[in-house]
Amino acid sequence: MATPGDNLLEVESLRVSFRTEAGTARVLDGVNLALRAGEIMGLVGESGCGKTTLANAILGILAANARHEAGRIRFAGEDLLTMPRRRMEDEVRGRRITFIPQDPYGSFNPLFTVGAQTFEVMKWKSPLRAPGAGRGIAGFLSRYPRARRRTDAKAIAQMLRAVQMPDPAAATGKLPHEFSGGQRQRLMIALALLPQPRLVIADEPTTALDVTIQAQILKLLKELAKSGGISVLLTTHDLGTAYEICDRITVMYAGQVVETAPVDDFFRRPHHPYTVRLLDSLPRPGRALSEIGGEVPRLIDPPAGCRFHPRCTRATAICRSEHPPVTQLASGHEVRCYHPLTEAAPP
Amino acid sequence: MRAAPAIAAKLLRDPSAALGLLIILLLVAVAVLAPLIATHPEAVWDMNPRHRLLPPSETYLFGTDRMGADIFSRILFGARITLTIAIVAVGAALMIGVPIGLISGWRGTWLGETLMRVSDIFLAVPQIVLAIAISQTLGPSIENVILALSVTYWPWFTRLVHAEVRALKNETFIEAAVALGLPTWRIVLMHVLPNVLSPIIVRISLGMGFTILTASALGFLGLGAPPPAPEWGRMISEAREFLPEAWWSALAPGLAIFLVVMGFNLLGDGLRDVLDPRIRRGNTG
Amino acid sequence: MSQPPLLEVEALSRRFPVRNMLGWKIGSVRALDGVSFKVRPGETLGIVGESGCGKTTLGKALVGIHRPSGGRILFEGADITGRSRAQRRAVAPKLQYCYQDPGHSLDPRWTIRRSLREPLVAHTALSPQDRDARIAGILEQVGLPLTHLDLYPHELSGGQQRRVGLARILTLYPRLVVLDEPTSGLDVSVQASVLKLLRALQGTFTLTYLFISHDLAVVRAMCDRVAVMYMGRIVETAPTETLFAAAKHPYTLSLLAAIPDIGGRRVTDTFTLAGEPPDPARPPSGCRFRTRCPRAAAVCAGSEPPLRPVAPEQSVACVRA
Repeated sequence: MATPGDNLLEVESLRVSFRTEAGTARVLDGVNLALRAGEIMGLVGESGCGKTTLANAILGILAANARHEAGRIRFAGEDLLTMPRRRMEDEVRGRRITFIPQDPYGSFNPLFTVGAQTFEVMKWKSPLRAPGAGRGIAGFLSRYPRARRRTDAKAIAQMLRAVQMPDPAAATGKLPHEFSGGQRQRLMIALALLPQPRLVIADEPTTALDVTIQAQILKLLKELAKSGGISVLLTTHDLGTAYEICDRITVMYAGQVVETAPVDDFFRRPHHPYTVRLLDSLPRPGRALSEIGGEVPRLIDPPAGCRFHPRCTRATAICRSEHPPVTQLASGHEVRCYHPLTEAAPP
Repeated sequence: MRAAPAIAAKLLRDPSAALGLLIILLLVAVAVLAPLIATHPEAVWDMNPRHRLLPPSETYLFGTDRMGADIFSRILFGARITLTIAIVAVGAALMIGVPIGLISGWRGTWLGETLMRVSDIFLAVPQIVLAIAISQTLGPSIENVILALSVTYWPWFTRLVHAEVRALKNETFIEAAVALGLPTWRIVLMHVLPNVLSPIIVRISLGMGFTILTASALGFLGLGAPPPAPEWGRMISEAREFLPEAWWSALAPGLAIFLVVMGFNLLGDGLRDVLDPRIRRGNTG
Repeated sequence: MSQPPLLEVEALSRRFPVRNMLGWKIGSVRALDGVSFKVRPGETLGIVGESGCGKTTLGKALVGIHRPSGGRILFEGADITGRSRAQRRAVAPKLQYCYQDPGHSLDPRWTIRRSLREPLVAHTALSPQDRDARIAGILEQVGLPLTHLDLYPHELSGGQQRRVGLARILTLYPRLVVLDEPTSGLDVSVQASVLKLLRALQGTFTLTYLFISHDLAVVRAMCDRVAVMYMGRIVETAPTETLFAAAKHPYTLSLLAAIPDIGGRRVTDTFTLAGEPPDPARPPSGCRFRTRCPRAAAVCAGSEPPLRPVAPEQSVACVRA
């Protein structure tokens, strides 16, 4: 395990719940996550596991009915949850931590050109902008100095070429609907990388895209992240995507982290019963289809202890009452289970 | 429908909708029980010149009008006329407008377009002018008022239903019904119509208010039932020449109209809030 | 095969007009352009392709939701392309369409019982007792308790709604079911249970499936034969294992190369197909894939390559295969 000093992002025992009409949904239950600089981490889980909530918590954009109940989020040594909101908006969100959303079709304002929207982002989030500059009425005139605008324009053109936009020069003058889904995701990647962030959170960035376009986008994201030394937190429910570009994988189930491991080790030797069953349920030639019995629990009244126990064939009394602590296995492989599997999973 | 009690409960939680409902129920009660509640039932139709234009008192709760009739009792009996006109006119508009809307919305193409143009023509006719024309030709009466109102109000239902049906046609479950090979009449009557019911109900409530207002205007112009029928609009008209001294003779019917129309509007708005999101999306959130 | 095909599609076409802002027709999109294939009784034929390839249009054209602009559809030997509504309705019980989320095919204001009874009331002359008996049997097959009959769709979970939607289609004992993206958007574990259910139902009800999907891994697990579509045309058909082991069309090969292979090579290291499908309203001349094809040559711009057999069960539409 890396020493605390190496981690760019540290989530410690995070507990978040949502107040709904039907009750309090305990969406995140003691989540731990550590992300190093320059690393691509895959946050894998099925619907309702809490991965999007975790991403939103890091960005500080949880819904109004969310309650932070315990835990901390540290980014480059600073606690994000106690940071004053103005600083969070000005310096962190969209600047040092950027976001690529899942839906390429809803991310742009249909009324303004892509160029106008990009410049709007750069006005506030350009790496050349000093923190706090141009805010308020006093800063009105100095909001976007011409010199910075020119430099930014060059950076934008360069980035559009880097994301392989067809015809980058004409792209800025077009409206969003003139671009395909794949092209819009390239634009979103560009917008996410222009502020020169340290961390990019990509929320299922290729789920809505065709498989051939998906391959292109993932390849692009990986190349740009690695060449810029940027960390990526990629949430996905598609294990194939995670396998493609991630260095490490964290699996979540019903608001709890169940396993973390480097990617090859993860797929070759999963240890948590849920992870094993999940990998088994992928359709494989020559193998019968297998499913995980039961359903994902409702988070309003979740099972006690390990939340997977109602569907787990290995569950015992302690699983039903106590949330398992972290068990360190070889070389950076952690699992939270009282009865982890130790035989190798079939390839 | 099983959801009816839940809808009613939700409706009553909204104070203005509950008020609207109360007013309407009061109106219906008054109309039905008029002979029992009225203090001077016999005086509604008779002339009693000795008691004309008396201010409100214990005997005559709202005072008397120029004929000496008790205004309170006239208002109560007038409620019957008002309610009858509203129900029949809106009912007739419903019977004409909804089927046309269903056909034009479902069929689309030239039939649908033609029907919509026809409804546009009727919408362009001012109700008052048409009512005057009908009355001139056929003579002033409640029946002619109802005729004029239904003939000019049905396009509101048609346009509403047409738009809703067009939107519903794209819904998966409607398309699935087509794929299942169900006959068209079945799909339209059993799937489309029930799903269009909510906006129709809202429009009925608002339409009642609108119709009463217009009927009162027609009565004011002398186009409704001839005297001595206690129609509210006519009562205001009759009171005109005695203003401002005999203020009560205009105030009472005016207030009655105001209250009833407001009641229908509040109820309609409340229904719109309750029916749409609940039923459309099918769950509570 | 000795048995005659259950479904035969010949040169099926479907064009959508492209209109400008004023509503004038300025061109047309050939969503389906000369598609031909056969489906044998009892088999599962996969239709694979990415968005815009026309597979959904194909599925809807087969069941009459879209009217074809050209070509023929033969079901059980009879031509059903005709425009007569009554004719279509007669066929409907045997040729059914299953939406991506079958739960959405239910009227939200109807109880499950009513929704399940409806196809039987409209198409059969069964007595109420026979109807209810059939419904009870089918509910058991899809794994739903009888108590659910009195509920409304929104009172069921997504998975249960899906099963009801499937049950509704099965009440008519169809012969062929068009499954449109049955696993799209589903979590991996849910996907597995849906596929298992579909398999089981195929056995119990002797169904033939037309399995439309963009997910090749799922298609591989479920289908006997596969047809690959690109921009409204079929570019390759083959038995499943042949396709995955020895595909011939360059597009099929690109598609296969794009699938992640857990434990194996990484797509992002090896994938080479660039660009995106061209504007469907202005397809390139000749072979539509030539703008992105690694094997394109001058001859490819000439005329559209026909789908011709290259092996006993395999056909390819490429002159450079």
